[in-house]
Amino acid sequence: MARIKPKHQRLVLIAIALAVLIAAGLLAAWGLRNQASYFYVPSDIVAKPPESDRAVRLGGMVEKGSMKTEADGITIGFVVGDGKARVPVRFRGIVPSLFVEGSGVVAEGKLAENGTFIADNLLAKHDENYVPRELQDMSEHQKQQVVAETAEAASQ
Amino acid sequence: MIAEFGLAALWLAAALAALQLFSGVLALARPGEGLGTVVRPVAVVQGALALVAFAALIVLFTRTDLSVKLVAMSSHSAKPFIYKLAGTWGNHEGSMLLWVTVMGLAGSFVALFEKRLPEKTMLATLAGQAFVSLGFYAFLLISSNPFERLPIPAAQGKGLNPLLQDVGLAFHPPTLYIGYVGLSVAFSFAIGALVTREVGPAFARAMRPWVLGAWIFLTVGIAAGSYWAYYELGWGGWWFWDPVENASLMPWLAATALLHSASVLAARNALRAWTVMLGVVAFSMSMVGTFLVRSGILTSVHAFAVDPERGTFILALLAINIGGALALFGVRAATVSEGKRFALVSREGALVFNNVMLTAVLGIVLFGTLYPLVAETMGAQVSVGPPYFNPMTALFVVPMLLVLMIGPLLRWKQDNLSRIGMRLAVPLLAIAGAAGAVIASGGVGLLPWLGILLAAGLAVASVMPLRERNLKRTPLAVWGMVAAHFGVAVSLFGMASESAFSVEKLVAVRAGDSAEVGPWKVNLKAVLPVAGPNWTALEADMSAQYEDAAPLEVRPQSRSFWSPPQQTTESALVTRWNGQLYVVIGEEADDGRWQLRLWWKPFVTLIWYGAILIAFGGLLALIGRVASDIRRLVARDKIAYRRERQGR
Repeated sequence: MARIKPKHQRLVLIAIALAVLIAAGLLAAWGLRNQASYFYVPSDIVAKPPESDRAVRLGGMVEKGSMKTEADGITIGFVVGDGKARVPVRFRGIVPSLFVEGSGVVAEGKLAENGTFIADNLLAKHDENYVPRELQDMSEHQKQQVVAETAEAASQ
Repeated sequence: MIAEFGLAALWLAAALAALQLFSGVLALARPGEGLGTVVRPVAVVQGALALVAFAALIVLFTRTDLSVKLVAMSSHSAKPFIYKLAGTWGNHEGSMLLWVTVMGLAGSFVALFEKRLPEKTMLATLAGQAFVSLGFYAFLLISSNPFERLPIPAAQGKGLNPLLQDVGLAFHPPTLYIGYVGLSVAFSFAIGALVTREVGPAFARAMRPWVLGAWIFLTVGIAAGSYWAYYELGWGGWWFWDPVENASLMPWLAATALLHSASVLAARNALRAWTVMLGVVAFSMSMVGTFLVRSGILTSVHAFAVDPERGTFILALLAINIGGALALFGVRAATVSEGKRFALVSREGALVFNNVMLTAVLGIVLFGTLYPLVAETMGAQVSVGPPYFNPMTALFVVPMLLVLMIGPLLRWKQDNLSRIGMRLAVPLLAIAGAAGAVIASGGVGLLPWLGILLAAGLAVASVMPLRERNLKRTPLAVWGMVAAHFGVAVSLFGMASESAFSVEKLVAVRAGDSAEVGPWKVNLKAVLPVAGPNWTALEADMSAQYEDAAPLEVRPQSRSFWSPPQQTTESALVTRWNGQLYVVIGEEADDGRWQLRLWWKPFVTLIWYGAILIAFGGLLALIGRVASDIRRLVARDKIAYRRERQGR
């Protein structure tokens, strides 16, 4: 390396840098295809279930009367529906403050072999200004329902 | 009156920015007509006026002047004073005003204190700074006026998001913004140097302290943001790869690369075009971050499309500034002559490696952050999280840290590894020791495992450059480098330890019951209602005992704010030298049991202590550089003075 001309050195450096950056770009593309977590509504899950080891997000309404706390006092089960299909969900942990039956929720986790969605994390509405981005694309009717029911639950 | 006064100051500042731009450009086009002499004073006054406008907004917020729309929308008279103050920048318009204020002040400081740049480069730099500022002034005045009055004053304000009502967060945005926007100086310096083609060691030495200053604030700001997310969100994590976090990380990665390439340029007159390029990229990342955070595009591409004015405005500014700078770079880069040669194994070689790896990480983070937006425009909803970011960034960070152990020991220009071979034995021993300890503890994931090994090796290797040096004569900049690299090791160890050894426990207990997590025994005594100035809460009265030590009081809360109505979890932390106990209270079950989430996180605090050490290293280097600059200036003045006297 010691004897090459400055011009060549510059070319070599540019070539190395470009090669590494292109490699990083390809890796990123590959990683994004494999690791990005897709958003499902219950009817998607029923129609075309994701592979069981793949992290996905499930969004929909928590059905009224479906929420049950198990004996350990920590694990809860509930059903998320979108009017067409229903998916049972299990979650172990502390639920977000505004997580109530009849309101919208986004669950992050994986679909187990038996068709139950095992959630690692629940995202609910924080307040009237913040709605998980997936829930923003629900139909106007669904949205009004969410708002009405959340307000109702909050006033109780 | 104060609102009108502030608005007038803002308009005047914008007008002065225009004057600064045109007089700078004219002076460059027609040198010798004395136009250049106005540029510096105008830059100083422009910054001062922006500061006046910002001060006016602070006054409006501290007085809770509800006739001003912004105050009514985001403040409340019943809020504690400190959050009224912090509310000034806790909203879109206020934070953008802070943005232009920092930008204006950065220009003022450059105009006042930068004496080494050639006059022409200085004019081009200040003109560049004014050009970028002007765009953001226009943005504020046209689409985000913070001083807008309401036709009828509101009876009461809507309040500040309770998550933001936290002392740590009150000063987080200003710190981050000083870092973010401080990088505009690097951008303008790069533009200036490209215009006048004066890219050399002198340019790098002039630019370095400014970049260091911004980088220190950015480092502290990111660390503070991470700690805030850690204790305020109550999720126990310290980094979520959230787009807002990534928006602050990306400029930091670019600025870190820039600092290292600038040191090659300053010491060896190599990497000229590359350093200029990084100057452009670093601030471009700040602007991309501002776009992501401020346009609403993160909530949803659709939300962006519904109210596109602000987003489109920032996007246009981005396109003009970044596109213009890159075009200038494309035209001029080829004419920036080649730098000095160096061998593959040399200090320069190691620094080039550092730069390429940092840039690759930057690319990985940028792709991961933008991908959900791109996917959404094509109809797919995806989110990208740790399963992507952790392994992908590690692929480049691990080799970078390996080279970091060797790099500072290498000589400039040319070296060979056998010379430093013996010195590498010590870090290798540390790595081997750590490997033994990790294998003995068993069951550790691959990344944390690598992290602990690298941290051990790097901790030892980072102080090696001090060997064979007279410590009293070692320049502050070298101490700074050692401190910062040691800080990387400390922080890395904290991260690895947190993910490898954390113990989590989720339980439901009745008052009087206990739970164990790691070495801790936690007892729930009672849950009681408490009230604060603008909230009520359920507070758990608990005691926590570490092994056989005396029990400590722990009081996590579940808070309800009433304006705006919102609930937050206030976690309780017990800090020991060897880690933190983290307690969150959940809901009451029907049978009277309370949900508790407990974590024992060994050495988690080292993550932030390491970051502080990194920033402290930067501060040492900054002091060292500035002090030696001042000494040089004083010596030059003395010589000039003597010559003058002898001449008489």
